[in-house]
Amino acid sequence: MTRVGIIGIGHTVFGRRSDATVQELAFEAYRDALTDAKMDPELIDATIIGSVPEYHKQRSLPGVIQEYLGLNPRPTWLTEVACASGSAALRTAWMSINSGMHEVVAVIGCQKMTELTTPEILALMGRVGDVQWESVFGTTFPGYYAMFAQRHRHEYGTSADQLTAVAVKNHFYGASNPKALFQKEITVQKAQESDPVASPLNVYDCCANADGAAVTILASEGKAREIGGDRTVWLDGLGCATASMSVLRRPELTSLPSAREAADQAYKMAGVSATDIKVAEVHDCFTIAEIMAYEDLGFCPKGQGGAFIAERQSYIGGSTPVNVDGGLKAKGHPIGATGVSMTYEIVSQLRGECGPRQVPGADIGLTHNVGGIGQYCFVHVLRRD
Amino acid sequence: MFEWFGKVSYCPHTKVAEFARHLKNGRLMGSRCTDCGQISFPPRADCPTCRHGEFEYTEMSGKGIVMTHTTIDAAPAGFEDDVPFHLGVVDLEETGRLLASFGETIDPAEIAIDMPIQVVPRMFEESETIKVHYTLEKPGTTWVKVDPD
Repeated sequence: MTRVGIIGIGHTVFGRRSDATVQELAFEAYRDALTDAKMDPELIDATIIGSVPEYHKQRSLPGVIQEYLGLNPRPTWLTEVACASGSAALRTAWMSINSGMHEVVAVIGCQKMTELTTPEILALMGRVGDVQWESVFGTTFPGYYAMFAQRHRHEYGTSADQLTAVAVKNHFYGASNPKALFQKEITVQKAQESDPVASPLNVYDCCANADGAAVTILASEGKAREIGGDRTVWLDGLGCATASMSVLRRPELTSLPSAREAADQAYKMAGVSATDIKVAEVHDCFTIAEIMAYEDLGFCPKGQGGAFIAERQSYIGGSTPVNVDGGLKAKGHPIGATGVSMTYEIVSQLRGECGPRQVPGADIGLTHNVGGIGQYCFVHVLRRD
Repeated sequence: MFEWFGKVSYCPHTKVAEFARHLKNGRLMGSRCTDCGQISFPPRADCPTCRHGEFEYTEMSGKGIVMTHTTIDAAPAGFEDDVPFHLGVVDLEETGRLLASFGETIDPAEIAIDMPIQVVPRMFEESETIKVHYTLEKPGTTWVKVDPD
């Protein structure tokens, strides 16, 4: 088994990008990644696209992107597992390199969501449950996480203030991330006075739909040392697990079992434990999701996620800084781009390139990328030697 | 006739389509595997335990306990006129779980985890075509035989 290294990263500004097509967004991040890697694109063997097709008018996205990037006739394909599509592309790239089939692979996470209206997106996302037995009642994506939040409050006393504290933290860090959709801090009062979405979640408990792209270039150990040198960040632990599509077949409603399983796999593969993680990117599609992630990843005991944020343990200086780029909450969540964007941030952190948001001494980082309501979860452990 | 089920139907064809006819006749049906006897709700054609492909319908009591709930204020397409509406996930007495809206017999302010409820078959009266669903109501609420045949 070869180690797989990340040798180049790129990231567009996330937001309402009515100025660009999805392939133009992909190109922005691709150009940044090539510049970052200081490499000749001729070295790229294949591209893997992480994206969710149903948001785009363009059919069969890999084709249009591969052409626009000028990478024909090299191979490309799509990976899709809802909001975790970007991490699925990373896992597939790791496998492609480890199989010996390819040596250098570009992973392109991209999404243009704002071609659809908000009610259309709510309906589309609500269908991430079981359409036969659940969507017929008007379920929405926030509605599912709201029901996790209600149950979490019932079992562990997780309060509205604790939920809001996650949003306040993520906006605090988003304010100094030039790639973020919302580069501004928020107050508890402003968050709690925002419009209700699905009780107990209101607008400021929810991440925003956005357009954007992020790119990482992965290489075999030999190629990574040759091209990336000591800036290389190694993808050393990969975990991936699933849970039932339907919330009706989840015994527990306060945790994502797929996240716990994926974390166990990733920690074991990388030979680390939760306490070794110096900085983490977790899938805060809703504030409750970040609180459940603290618990599922072992950053705190089960049921203590609310206290973990209330005690500022996920701020820089706390026991495990989480989402110090603003998270999905402040950065925006262009679905397929998100897993790659998380990886971009951890690579930047491990290289020490994050300026005011830099976590001191970060040498091991983690990404936690959830698809849907936990039907899929990918946890990756990254390390800088 | 599974397109009868739900205000918006995404899934008109299924091996458990008769579920909707039973619901129209006031009966909430689960499935029972004719081989191993496993009961499932929602009903399913293929046994999750022994993978046998034949089943029979079995009537559920509709008695259940609220596991979690939410009030939807931001509606998906097709439900804009219904907000706010209240959804609950309910564990059924026999086995299985369902998700549905709370009905008229329950004051939204009283909705709470662990409260007992009765699942009641309903028809959308304002609909020009047959549209059936079920709601979460106070225990003891009568099953409505909407269209006996």
